[in-house]
Amino acid sequence: MPTSITMPALSPTMTEGNLARWLKAEGDSVNAGDPIAEIETDKAMMEVEAVCDGVLGRILVPDGTENVEVNTIIGVMLLDGEDSSDLNNVDDGSSKGKVTSDQSDSQGEWTDVDTKDIADELTDQASSNTVQSSPPTSSQPLIDSETDRIGERVMASPLARRMAEQTNIDLKSIEGSGPGGRIVKVDIEAIQAQMSVQTADRIEDSHTDKPRHDADGVKEIRLSNMRKVIAKRLTESKQSIPHFYMTVECEIDQLLSYRKKLNARRTEHDLTINDFVVKAAALALQEVPEANCTWNEQSIVRYDNIDIAVAVSLEEGLITPIVRDANKKGLSRISAEVRDMAGRGREGKLMPNEYQGGTLTISNLGMHGVREFVAIINPPQSAILAVGSGEQRAIVKDGALAIATTINVTLSADHRVVDGTTGAKLLGAFRSLVEDPLTMLL
Amino acid sequence: MGNHNFDVVVVGGGPGGYVAAIRASQLGFNTALIERDSLGGICLNWGCIPTKSLLHAANIQRLLGRIDEFGFSAKELHFDLPKIVARSRKIASGLSDGISHLMKKHKVTVIKGEARLDGSDSLIVKGDNQDSKRITPNNIIFATGAHAMELPGTDVDDEYVWTYKEAMVPEVLPESLIVIGSGAIGVEFASFYNAFGTNVTMVEKLDYILPSEDEEISRFARKTFEEQGVSIRTGCSVNGIKCEDGLVTVKLESLDGRSSEIISASRAIVAIGISGNTQGIGLEENGVQIDKGHVVVDQWLHTGVGNLYAIGDLVGPPWLAHKAMHEAVICVERMAGVENLIPINQYNIPSCIYSSPQVASVGLTEEAARQNGYKVNVGRFPLAANGKALAQGEGDGLVKTIFDTTTGELLGAHMIGAEVTELIYGYGLAKELETTELDLIRTVFPHPTISEAMHESVLNAYSRAIHI
Repeated sequence: MPTSITMPALSPTMTEGNLARWLKAEGDSVNAGDPIAEIETDKAMMEVEAVCDGVLGRILVPDGTENVEVNTIIGVMLLDGEDSSDLNNVDDGSSKGKVTSDQSDSQGEWTDVDTKDIADELTDQASSNTVQSSPPTSSQPLIDSETDRIGERVMASPLARRMAEQTNIDLKSIEGSGPGGRIVKVDIEAIQAQMSVQTADRIEDSHTDKPRHDADGVKEIRLSNMRKVIAKRLTESKQSIPHFYMTVECEIDQLLSYRKKLNARRTEHDLTINDFVVKAAALALQEVPEANCTWNEQSIVRYDNIDIAVAVSLEEGLITPIVRDANKKGLSRISAEVRDMAGRGREGKLMPNEYQGGTLTISNLGMHGVREFVAIINPPQSAILAVGSGEQRAIVKDGALAIATTINVTLSADHRVVDGTTGAKLLGAFRSLVEDPLTMLL
Repeated sequence: MGNHNFDVVVVGGGPGGYVAAIRASQLGFNTALIERDSLGGICLNWGCIPTKSLLHAANIQRLLGRIDEFGFSAKELHFDLPKIVARSRKIASGLSDGISHLMKKHKVTVIKGEARLDGSDSLIVKGDNQDSKRITPNNIIFATGAHAMELPGTDVDDEYVWTYKEAMVPEVLPESLIVIGSGAIGVEFASFYNAFGTNVTMVEKLDYILPSEDEEISRFARKTFEEQGVSIRTGCSVNGIKCEDGLVTVKLESLDGRSSEIISASRAIVAIGISGNTQGIGLEENGVQIDKGHVVVDQWLHTGVGNLYAIGDLVGPPWLAHKAMHEAVICVERMAGVENLIPINQYNIPSCIYSSPQVASVGLTEEAARQNGYKVNVGRFPLAANGKALAQGEGDGLVKTIFDTTTGELLGAHMIGAEVTELIYGYGLAKELETTELDLIRTVFPHPTISEAMHESVLNAYSRAIHI
């Protein structure tokens, strides 16, 4: 019996993901552990690895398919001794899509297609419980009527189920009028009657998620999952979190000098200013633990661990890998971790636990010559430090004009959790550490 | 009568009435049932049950007529008509007694007498000895049934021109018989008398017999009946009946009025339909609406007047006992405030005719489906290709299924042949559960049974029947 390859759950809460691309073609030999496909979730790109040696027999969910439910069969592996004839036991999924699209055809043709559909359904039953057919219209995201196969059970008659599929009605949104609340034909008919032209248009729109090219040079760009998440979470953050901002100017001449000395002794990559900033921020939070909190609606949650997130820009967005227990780690370790996670983040290969959590994010645009800026808090965190560029500036020191290298650091804080004085204490502690880096050793 | 503080009083003790009374009692209502004649109503006493007994005898007669085919021989086989009739009466009366026991068991007070509404909330009940009593219950359910319609303008001797009632208790076998009307009742009597050698002519006003059935099934039935020797005249109306010299003479006229014909026989049966027993019980006088001989009710069987309800044949077609029983339960449960009730779906009520061959159906005919705008997949499977039917010597039959091409909904199922009345519930269940063709296709039907033809018919609707 061919072995099925299912959509993996990359995190406990993941329910669906995009199948970005296959790394193997049908007929390719694979060994256990070989990456065979890439899955894109809201933040990460993950590889699916082969669990056994064999041949990739059939690809059931093609490259670029969005919103593939976890546990959906995406492909089939043939093991030793199996050949392509064994694939006849497997639903190729391809006839399903036709069922709805061919409905307008003449009766005869429609009947033929439908017959094939039935044959497929039957062979599903005959082959294996693990080989589960994808819903006939799985390319249409509004449909969720097969949920009961893998998740929450929706009681609906087979007829109601099919009618809902055909008209893009989400069964979970319907209260059934049949025995025991079962959704029956009349319930679907009632919804269909309600569906206005407007609704129909909206559904139509949601299907046209291919980019549209207009004649006048306007291009509509499809939203990546990451872009959708950034849009959603930052809109929520800016709209629901009462941000307040405070900026300090930190002299970093000493820091630069220590950095130079340390880098001279290092054989690995150089430490960056940002590595010092991460360490200083972590130690500042250690000094001002009341700022190491998050808002939890009914309560404030304070953390013993100090996890600092570092914003890493990507080609099409950003990701915030987290340096766990940054207060307890040396600069070298922090530097190595940030570098490693940034690299993997850019490849979309971070695991969810590497970018979820934390209480404070460092966003550094200094390398782009930005002098200072304010950032939006990355929920559920309660603060973000926006770090500007290190520049030599004229400062007044002991009543005389002097030159110092400074950076402007702006704290955005959640006023529900952090008050002005707490924020000031945190920034003050941060500045002391940055300006006198030896104290970081204490 | 004793306690007059009844929660529910049911007028009429047929299948609708007695079921209503039992269910009411189960739900805790203090319940009474008023019946003027025998418990069980027409169905049990003068309809469904005794005719099934007679038709079973007819089937035995038919089988005996072909014992050679099965490897038997016998000499001097005779039938005894009075015995056959007596058996049917005995079964009917036994079941009627059974209803009496059920009433006792469920503590339903049975009142013998005729009831009439007097004011919209009370009944005057006239007993056998002409005593009258007033009952003012909280709810009244009318289940007074229906009576056979008569041919307009004919005043005939019911010794010669029968209704179902006389036809059920013949003393001697008529040499010849004219059956006017080819619905379930007409066809069943035609089949019964034909089996015992009566020369039967069946007359139908419409162009085909069994007018409520699918036309293809109707044609199949006609062909089979004609092969059995029944003479069938369709598309002609009866324009006069006369009884003279011990013969019934019926004048038939074609619908366009251009041709006419006179036929005669020893007896005639009028089976042109039934009409609700709406008269003489005070319904209209108290504001209950009557339309075309039937009480008008909503989907919960409420008349719209006070706490008056009506169920069964009284409220209209299909005139079927199982419909009446189902309505009885819905009506009483609604009264009791039972939640999540679902009104009866007319399209899921099966119909059964116990002629030889039997006819059974549920849902839309092919023609009705097309008229309703459905694009349909139609499946057919002949019993001639079913092993079990052939083994029984019953290869004459057809199973036809009609599906909505778009949704796969089973719109209708129509069967003719041996035992199909026992099989139709399968499609009824499928319809009630709203299965699609896929569910029916996936269902494992046992082999060897006639029910396999039901499966094959579905397969055939999707061009994948195995055995044809």
